[in-house]
Amino acid sequence: MKRAFPIFAILTAGLLSYGLYGALVQAPTEQTMGDVQRIFYYHVPSAWTAFCLFFVNLGASIVYLLRRNPKADALALVCAEVGVVFCTVVLVTGPIWARPVWGIWWTWDLRLTLTLVLWLIYVSYLMLRRFSSSGQTPVMAAVLAVLGALDVPLVYFSIWFFRTQHPQPVVGGGGSIDPRMLHVLLMNWLAFSCFAMLVCWSRYRLEILRRQVEETQALESLLEAGNSR
Amino acid sequence: MTYLFAAYVATWVIHIAYLAHLTRGYARLKREIEGLNKKR
Repeated sequence: MKRAFPIFAILTAGLLSYGLYGALVQAPTEQTMGDVQRIFYYHVPSAWTAFCLFFVNLGASIVYLLRRNPKADALALVCAEVGVVFCTVVLVTGPIWARPVWGIWWTWDLRLTLTLVLWLIYVSYLMLRRFSSSGQTPVMAAVLAVLGALDVPLVYFSIWFFRTQHPQPVVGGGGSIDPRMLHVLLMNWLAFSCFAMLVCWSRYRLEILRRQVEETQALESLLEAGNSR
Repeated sequence: MTYLFAAYVATWVIHIAYLAHLTRGYARLKREIEGLNKKR
């Protein structure tokens, strides 16, 4: 496992570099929007990666609710945290694309608003985990995660079923895309997924270690209290 | 081009900031472990 991490990190760095090269050089320039369309190669894969992480968070939360497995709870926390980072990228790169294309940074369009709500739900989840000292925090967080995950399909399908200002889906949903653009898009998704896995791996190890340190500190305090009597 | 670079730079600033936050957390944990080892 110790050897696998640096190998996976090098592989991910290679994929990210190739993805960046593809986005800036390999992909053809879009006729209407020009170079600004290339934001799409970071914006869309970040959104898909965030959705995947929120689904893993949902699965881990359900496992925790059913079995009270602390490892599932740690995995849920890690996926929510990394998912919020990717969702932040989506919410930042979206307006940077919208300004030159729509002429505005933000509009209260259904897709955009639901994405902001999704981000707020998972930020609330992380704040609950960070600031609640109740022993029931993991259970409350897991319930919030199950309810919060309902927003993921709403965000994804909002542009399929409602008339919105957000561009229509280019993959599935009847949209069409140049095969070279699709290749770069999928390559960047693979690269960002590997990067997310790498970050989750590190964060998971950190979380397990943090819990072990907290348990040891609690035991030490108990022993000290016992000795002082 | 400015918007494109702004988006790509913003993406990596967000990711690097999070990685820096993780590194700080790991360093703090390491100090706590050393503290516990000293107590023993």
